[in-house]
Amino acid sequence: MNAAGVESADHVRSKAAKSRPTLIVFFCTVIGAVSQILIKMGAGTLSHSSPIAMLASPPLFAGYALYGISTILLVLALKHAELSMLYPIIALTYVWVAGLSVMIFHEPLNFFKVAGIAAIVLGVGVLGKGSKK
Amino acid sequence: MSTPLSSMLLVLMASFIGSFGAVFLKAASTRFVLNVRTLLTNYWLMAGIALYLLSSYFFVLGVRKGELTILYPLVSLGYIWTLFWSRLFFNEPLTRNKFAGLGMIIGGIILLQLGNR
Repeated sequence: MNAAGVESADHVRSKAAKSRPTLIVFFCTVIGAVSQILIKMGAGTLSHSSPIAMLASPPLFAGYALYGISTILLVLALKHAELSMLYPIIALTYVWVAGLSVMIFHEPLNFFKVAGIAAIVLGVGVLGKGSKK
Repeated sequence: MSTPLSSMLLVLMASFIGSFGAVFLKAASTRFVLNVRTLLTNYWLMAGIALYLLSSYFFVLGVRKGELTILYPLVSLGYIWTLFWSRLFFNEPLTRNKFAGLGMIIGGIILLQLGNR
């Protein structure tokens, strides 16, 4: 009975350890998508194409700062989880970027765009499965 | 075409350069020691970071004009280049799943081109 109790506690612990990286990676995809929107905003208002102009653009700076944060979080999450499991979640970034582009930049969607993005999300997910031995 | 070809080529270039950044970072990771001097003289790491910065420069140029719904998914091309470099430089096997994923990504990019109007 005691042994069974220990086992179930271990099970709960390992379940939490598995779902935590998943949640962190999910959060990374959301802030990663927001960073892309900021980068696009900053890039669209650049007066000229020098790296200095890029550094001086607040949305670009904020966008890359967020991108940096999401990358660091992602690397930390990947330390404790298998990459192949997380690829399908990482691929969600494409969905958020498209959704935010429609909401914020009023970009039109059409059948081909939706199908294309869906195929890429699936493709990245499947690709990740290939990295498992 | 609502998104110019020049923008797409710039993002494609960014993904290509970025994939080399990943190769250098992977090479750097085997020599990784958490020590400021060792990090600064880890030329693989420095080259990897430099390539990522160069890649971001082209990406920003690429998204100046055009739609993000078309341009951002092109970043997934980076996975394809990385697949080939992993095979070429690190002898990682090209599995059936990797080929399937590669096909889907290319198919998705073709569909996006059809939707670019």
